[in-house]
Amino acid sequence: MKAFEYASPRTEREVLELLSADRGHTEILAGGTDLIGLMKKMIVKPDRVVSLNRVDSLKTIDANSTAVHVGAMVTLEDLADNPICEFYPAIRQAIGEMASQQLRAQGTVGGELCQRPRCWFFRDKRGLLAERGRAVEEGDNRFHAIFGNRGLAKFSAPSRLAPALIALDARVRILGPNPGDETLMPLEVFYRTPKSEREREHTLEPNQFVSQVILPHPEGRVSASYEVRHGMGPEYPLVAAAASVLVTGGIVREARIALGQVAPTPWISREAIDAIVGLPINYETAEAAGQAAVSVASPLSHNEYKVQLAKVAVKRALLKAAGLETGGLS
Amino acid sequence: MVEYVWPSKEDSSVLGKSIDKIDGVPKCTGTAKYSYDINPDKVAIARALGCPHAHAKLKSLDLSKAEKVPGVVAVSAMKKVGDEIQWQGDLIAVVVGDTEGAVAEGLDAIVAEYEQLDVFVEDANLEAAEAAGRTAKAGGKVQLEKEPDGDDPDFEEKELARLFKESAAVVEGRYGIAAITHMCLEPHGSTCEWKDGKLTAHLSTQNVSGTAGQFAAPLKVTADDVTVHCDYIGGGFGSKFAVDRWDSLAAQLSKDLGRPVRLMLDRDLELKNGGARPSGYAESKVGADKDGVIKVWDTHFLSAGGFGGAPVNQSVIPYVIVPPNYRRRGTNVKINTAPVRAWRAPNHPQGCAMTQTAIDDIAAKLGLDSYDVFERNLVNVEDKDRRGVYAEEMKIAAKLIDWKAKWHPHGKGDKKGSVVSGLGMALHTWGGGGHPSTCMVKIHPDGGVETFIGSQDLGTGTRTVIAIVLAETFGLPVEAIKVNIGSSKYPASGPSGGSTTVGGVSESSRHAGLDALVQLNEKVASKLGVPAESLVAKGGRIHAKDDAEKGLSWKEACSLLGMSPLEVTSKGAPGRNSKLSSSGVGGVQMAEVEVDRETGQVKMKKFVTVQDMGLVVNHKTAVSQIYGAMVMGVAYALFEERLMDPRTGAFLNSEIADYRLPRLGDIGEFVVEIYEPESERARGVIGLGEPPVIGPGAAISNAVANALGVRVPVLPLTPKRVLDSLQLAARNA
Amino acid sequence: MSKPDETGRGRSGVSRRAFLKGSGAAAAATAMTGAPGLEAEAQGAEPVAGLTTITLTVNGTPHKVEVEPRTTLLEALRMGLNLTGAKPISVDGASGGSLVLVDDKPTSANTVLAMDMVGKKIVTVESLISGDRVDAVPMAFVHHDASQCGFCTPGFIIAVKAFLAKNPKATEAEIRAGLNGNLCRCGTYANIIPAVLEVVKGGGNG
Repeated sequence: MKAFEYASPRTEREVLELLSADRGHTEILAGGTDLIGLMKKMIVKPDRVVSLNRVDSLKTIDANSTAVHVGAMVTLEDLADNPICEFYPAIRQAIGEMASQQLRAQGTVGGELCQRPRCWFFRDKRGLLAERGRAVEEGDNRFHAIFGNRGLAKFSAPSRLAPALIALDARVRILGPNPGDETLMPLEVFYRTPKSEREREHTLEPNQFVSQVILPHPEGRVSASYEVRHGMGPEYPLVAAAASVLVTGGIVREARIALGQVAPTPWISREAIDAIVGLPINYETAEAAGQAAVSVASPLSHNEYKVQLAKVAVKRALLKAAGLETGGLS
Repeated sequence: MVEYVWPSKEDSSVLGKSIDKIDGVPKCTGTAKYSYDINPDKVAIARALGCPHAHAKLKSLDLSKAEKVPGVVAVSAMKKVGDEIQWQGDLIAVVVGDTEGAVAEGLDAIVAEYEQLDVFVEDANLEAAEAAGRTAKAGGKVQLEKEPDGDDPDFEEKELARLFKESAAVVEGRYGIAAITHMCLEPHGSTCEWKDGKLTAHLSTQNVSGTAGQFAAPLKVTADDVTVHCDYIGGGFGSKFAVDRWDSLAAQLSKDLGRPVRLMLDRDLELKNGGARPSGYAESKVGADKDGVIKVWDTHFLSAGGFGGAPVNQSVIPYVIVPPNYRRRGTNVKINTAPVRAWRAPNHPQGCAMTQTAIDDIAAKLGLDSYDVFERNLVNVEDKDRRGVYAEEMKIAAKLIDWKAKWHPHGKGDKKGSVVSGLGMALHTWGGGGHPSTCMVKIHPDGGVETFIGSQDLGTGTRTVIAIVLAETFGLPVEAIKVNIGSSKYPASGPSGGSTTVGGVSESSRHAGLDALVQLNEKVASKLGVPAESLVAKGGRIHAKDDAEKGLSWKEACSLLGMSPLEVTSKGAPGRNSKLSSSGVGGVQMAEVEVDRETGQVKMKKFVTVQDMGLVVNHKTAVSQIYGAMVMGVAYALFEERLMDPRTGAFLNSEIADYRLPRLGDIGEFVVEIYEPESERARGVIGLGEPPVIGPGAAISNAVANALGVRVPVLPLTPKRVLDSLQLAARNA
Repeated sequence: MSKPDETGRGRSGVSRRAFLKGSGAAAAATAMTGAPGLEAEAQGAEPVAGLTTITLTVNGTPHKVEVEPRTTLLEALRMGLNLTGAKPISVDGASGGSLVLVDDKPTSANTVLAMDMVGKKIVTVESLISGDRVDAVPMAFVHHDASQCGFCTPGFIIAVKAFLAKNPKATEAEIRAGLNGNLCRCGTYANIIPAVLEVVKGGGNG
């Protein structure tokens, strides 16, 4: 790691005072599971690290009658273990799939949402848009995006929590740049596809930070996450999907379906949503929703198989949300 | 005259039993010290810079900025301007500093300029390799039963064509196995201490006795000035036999700086430099009679050994089952990767995976039970003595996995939704003869016993094996033997590779122990007035064979030694005439898998190994070795591969987060049976480390083929490969 | 800028009472996780740089260690305190090799900064032996030969300690599902499973 200044503020206000408007100057340290590795590899070289580990106000889960407010520094384990997750099975399942105790115990909600892509060209110090997309386009892209990949960015968004949170219509609370500044935005709006190396995978300014995730009351919606993984380890899934549906009278009235690991951002599948709303969830309709989801896929040279996996993940997430057998291994 | 033999099973008190490893507690409490853990006073940390390009010429190298980084104490180039770099991650320079942070910052401050050259890393693509001028002819062999009539230049082709024409079933296919790395969890490296003209090198090595000289020469000292020390090694698997160039540099830096230097490779540089197992790809055509007995085999294979490394040896094609007529031809592909190193059972896993899959495809083609086809092909096992053993082992394995009840023809099993299950098997063989080993046994007048062998423990339980052999020999408990290994100052023993260690140290320690016992017995005999030959050491006593009352306790016996300890050194007498050790083992592996046809995921349900290994010294650690080999087999069958970017030559998955390996939840149920009838015990000790890692690739691939009715031709069988194969099969249907 | 959405949609399914009851319990539990009273060193809003002496409480004993902001807990333990049980295996937490317990939670020592650990209770694998007394988990590993080269073993042992603390009555299926954060190359998994089951049976993960 490059030498840096370390600061350990106690309050959200102190955090903002320590952040800098210059991109790259300051990094915000949460659980460390991703950032420290990036710093050791000199991919990220901040002049200052602001640790959120002692900001107690970021570590609480509070609920009122309409919403649950999850602090950004709540660990993944504490969130999953919280009884509130009874109402958000998609969250509990997504965290449960992260098959590493230390990742769950150490990793935080905010850190999980802001982790950097696992794209191997990025991790090989070739940049997020490595060679303006050519590295991915002409190289080994087996784990890269199958949606939203026509621009320069072709990496897969890494968050395993975001699809569930987006399906659940979560918003994030963003603080800064100035004390008192506060922005609430839907999580899907928080993410964006960078168009240049200067841009990040989300809309945060360098002197802002995520303080909370806000989950609306489920209001009778049922939800699920489904990951297709290569083995039981903590590695990223090949494809993931989460679904939240409101079913009355056996018919889906509303649905939100989001995929992970398939596009430079978590990917909301309008096509899958349109295919399932107005119908009951059963094997055929779920299959059709999966098929609809991938109707707009644009696989790269080595990741055609992810199209099939995305189709299956959507199908199984819907079946699981409806409490039906998903099929498949375990 | 001492007879160098093992006691019978009934007479053995610890030999062949299940004994806890004597170094288990230090290993399980973090107190065992590995080379990475040695922290001498003022030790400096050294790390290396890897070249970002896969093929390049170094145009300039500026170390000056790195030298100025606070905390950096030295910077040393490992390449000079004009040098050609042949793989991504080859070491360019080393930075030494006081802290990890300073060293990392120093490495980042090195300015190197490169001229990039043509890159080629596609080890599976013959056409591309030929177009790029990256091929070389590999060895080959033709064996035909029929003598050529006259000097027909086309005889070979004609005869092969005739044999294929006469075959009841012919399978043509491409079978492959990707390159993998060693992934030693302790990377390659050392902690070097230069003091008063002498070097102590704490080297992570499989070869303590053979590496001192390698350190000495570049330092301009002789081997007697070097001590190589390695109490514990965090994995080697065949990649840690030599002093690497970075180890020599660490020693030199310690000498230059006057302080200890530790240089361990970072994880990504470990994977890029620390060794790999070469891939193998075979285009095969196999002909069999109506019963599935292979009659003719024709293969062209590809292999890539990396820059200056040896590709897969042609001799393993075909593997174990070798029909009377075969031809093998090969091409070596020159790729921009580091040279491969020996990887547990060199060549065999590739040979097995590339050829015993084709045998299973013959069974599929003929609609036969794979078990029957393998059994009938035992007539083709090269080593005739092994045919009966394999047949017995197959029966045991089939019973353990319940083959007959679970078998279904390829692709015809029951479906549970999208999930299908299947069975597959494979046969393997290995040498495993002991290496040359020297054991010094020291018996103290107070009864204490210690032993010194310049060997090492890779995790097999070398210390425990030595302790068991001497405990058995002296009739003492295992804890009574103080075992000293891991230093080049001890009597020389061979490198631990090729399953040679247990055979080697068992041979030398039994010899030395028996020789020492003869001397001790003479003293006891004269004291008791009985013939020395009539004495036995048992239950902590030395007594007359037929009168246990007539004897002395071990302690009393040792007190007869007088003032000085009794020291005996022996090399044993390994080889054809030894009754203590021999070579040549084999086994059978059977796998049961489940496959999700929708996702391509493969899950291990059950995995059986039946293994012969001569005489078992420690049943507990022997079973562990087999389990471990099975996990490594599941690893390369389903998970791991070295992924090289075809365009840039970058090693894409050189961090653990990207290099997929099985985890605890991926292995399913393991069942191991060691096949050890008296006939096996009579063969003496034979090594076991390699053999059970050979068959899993073929066995698991065959199980997947049985489940799907489609061969997924290349290992590892990732979801991507399974889905791609299913899609191809659907298109062709 | 937007305001939190206050419009209750009033649809049935989950009772609002159950919803609140669940969350209330949660808030209480998580409020406990805040850092306890910290010492005055290397903490607070003022940035610190360069070498600083901090106190780390390791295996029940406070130790003064000189660190930089960039010093990881792993480096502080291995180099500063010569506690080398936790191993550097991966650049991140993917291997579990550097696991220690921080405030009872499994933590990859190589992915946390030493300065962030001030005021926390750090437990390393070395605490599991004291003279002849060896903790039940490493003892079960020895009896079941659940180590080979042993390099991953200390991290695995800590993983098992953490896992059993949370799942003291774990079944074999739960063990197979719950211990996938650690990597072993020699392939000791098949022996770890019965070792953990033995500890469960003996109730010895004290």
